[in-house]
Amino acid sequence: MNIHEYQAKQIFKKYGVPTPRGIVANTPAEAVKAAQELGGNIWVVKAQIHAGGRGLGGGVKLAKSTEEVRELAGQILGMTLVTHQTGPEGKLVQKVYIEEGADIKDELYLGVVLDRAKEMPVIMASTEGGMEIEKVAEETPEKIIKVAVDPAIGFQGFHGRELVFGLGITDPAEQKKFISFASKLFKLYMENDAELIEINPLIKTGAGDFIALDGKMGFDDSALYRHPDIEEMRDISEEDPDEREASQYGLSYVALDGEIGCMVNGAGLAMGTMDTINYMGGTPANFLDVGGKANAETVAKGFEIILKNPKVKAIFVNIFGGIVRCDRIANGILEATKMVDVHVPVIVRLDGTNALEAAEILKNANIANVIAATDLADGAAKAVAAAKGE
Amino acid sequence: MSILVNKDTKVIVQGFTGGEGTFHAEQCMAYGTNIVGGVTPNKGGQEHLGKPVFNTVKEAVAATGATVSMVFVPPAFVADAVMEAADAGIELAVIITEGAPVRDMQAAKAYAVKHGMKTIGPNCPGIITAEECKIGIMPGMIFKKGKVGLISKSGTLTYEGANQVCKEGFGISTAVGIGGDPIIGLSYKQLLPMFEADPETEAIVMIGEIGGDLEIQAAAFIKENITKPVVAFIAGQTAPKGKRMGHAGAIVSGGAGTAKEKMEALQAAGVKVVVSPAEIGKAVKEVLSK
Repeated sequence: MNIHEYQAKQIFKKYGVPTPRGIVANTPAEAVKAAQELGGNIWVVKAQIHAGGRGLGGGVKLAKSTEEVRELAGQILGMTLVTHQTGPEGKLVQKVYIEEGADIKDELYLGVVLDRAKEMPVIMASTEGGMEIEKVAEETPEKIIKVAVDPAIGFQGFHGRELVFGLGITDPAEQKKFISFASKLFKLYMENDAELIEINPLIKTGAGDFIALDGKMGFDDSALYRHPDIEEMRDISEEDPDEREASQYGLSYVALDGEIGCMVNGAGLAMGTMDTINYMGGTPANFLDVGGKANAETVAKGFEIILKNPKVKAIFVNIFGGIVRCDRIANGILEATKMVDVHVPVIVRLDGTNALEAAEILKNANIANVIAATDLADGAAKAVAAAKGE
Repeated sequence: MSILVNKDTKVIVQGFTGGEGTFHAEQCMAYGTNIVGGVTPNKGGQEHLGKPVFNTVKEAVAATGATVSMVFVPPAFVADAVMEAADAGIELAVIITEGAPVRDMQAAKAYAVKHGMKTIGPNCPGIITAEECKIGIMPGMIFKKGKVGLISKSGTLTYEGANQVCKEGFGISTAVGIGGDPIIGLSYKQLLPMFEADPETEAIVMIGEIGGDLEIQAAAFIKENITKPVVAFIAGQTAPKGKRMGHAGAIVSGGAGTAKEKMEALQAAGVKVVVSPAEIGKAVKEVLSK
């Protein structure tokens, strides 16, 4: 689960990680009120969406009067912001964050993420703040300092020294401030079961203070049960409505842009099915894992979600029954075709536990649109042919 | 021969008396697994499925001599259970539970490693030595005894692959579902040398997916150390970037962990890489008839 910048900064503040003062606003009038409350004579109006690259997309603007705050908030609220992370369809901006201006001397990058190879969190820092970090990693990897921290010992002095010397921070007072910043960030990463924190940029002010000018946080979904305060920050308008609906039925769904709908049990086989369709010259319309507890209701829901996509010309149901019995899935398909109008050919491959019984059930039901397949290759080939109208 | 487990392996079940634990322990026993007891706190002294229940893993180990634990406890308690097993001297914990927090697994695995306990999973179908011992949730009847070892991040692709291998007439020695979480126990790099050393195994199938770099590490290892033929499939060639595909660890982040780079690395290591999982059986036949 991801949260907005203003929410990440609330967590930063709780842990004493310095951030500029700011107030979130839903309307231009609220934005003006926020600016007045913050005081000063320069403000930043920032679009709140779950994606990076907002500045380049026109979602972060500087205002030098409250009138300008009103104007810019009016422009940004309701706009569809397209950045390199949103995809071409962009994201609707529903909130802006009004922040006091900052005195920027240097822009740095600081992040914490799990290093899967080392099996521990790694703090990443770079002098190339404000740039796309993926680009820095690709073009000048030597400019990224990585310090893995074993949670069993926590953030130690030497971790901090590796960071400041790596970044070329030489002033002892500044070193102390930066190390304190990084150690607090690591603490909040661990305590909140974060999956990722990124501060880009983290600025050094003229006075030599370090401040989180931006903040991005993602959390481990499996650990949300023990963080009700973070669960409360969920913004469902940022989530794909179909993916969300699917998850409520225990289905894992991701939309793609092809023509063949897929309904599969197991994430690996679901990806393998997409790959096979592609290999045979077709295009998958989605990833859909019905999970281990598929029944008539979930299968029907799966059909419904797949068929919402007008591009779908055929559906490939590919089930390898282990603990899931194929005869139950076959009955689920029969039930589902009564509940949902399945107007495209459905290619069904059921293998594994009770596959023969399942084949019998489907054969006897004799549903017009249902085509039986013997194995994965056969099913994918039939689905590709059906989508081409053959 | 086989790897890690066989018909003599003494197995206990943590979370023995729960719904999942009961159902699957029963299935495993029917398959022939030597389940010698189970652990459920506050139910010690009782009997379940005809086997003794203990309050702690230590008691269970002392009374039964078990060396392997099959873990079915709910996600919030997995780390605790795994660390308890390690502390009690269990040699291998097979963690079936799905949805354990990453931070918990990080701590539990580090502790297991420190105590010399191997782990498989979490969020995996388990391990099966065909026609001898099944520790997990896979459908036993697919796995006919034979000479192909299998390592897979995905449960259903394990079944798909094993089924094809058996249909080609070869059979499976041992199959290990390693799970698709960001932090897992035994991986390709640790399991490949076990299959290399197993006289019964003549070829190895490895099934990977997008995310992380375990398959890349495996490729480097195969190049240097593995002489037996390896067939590989990597799921997720058509998966979009930055999207989690079902498994917590199946995500291409920042352009790294793509199927393409993994397939290329494996190919360069001399592995027979197939583009579709439908080709696994045929590819095994090809490498074994060379």
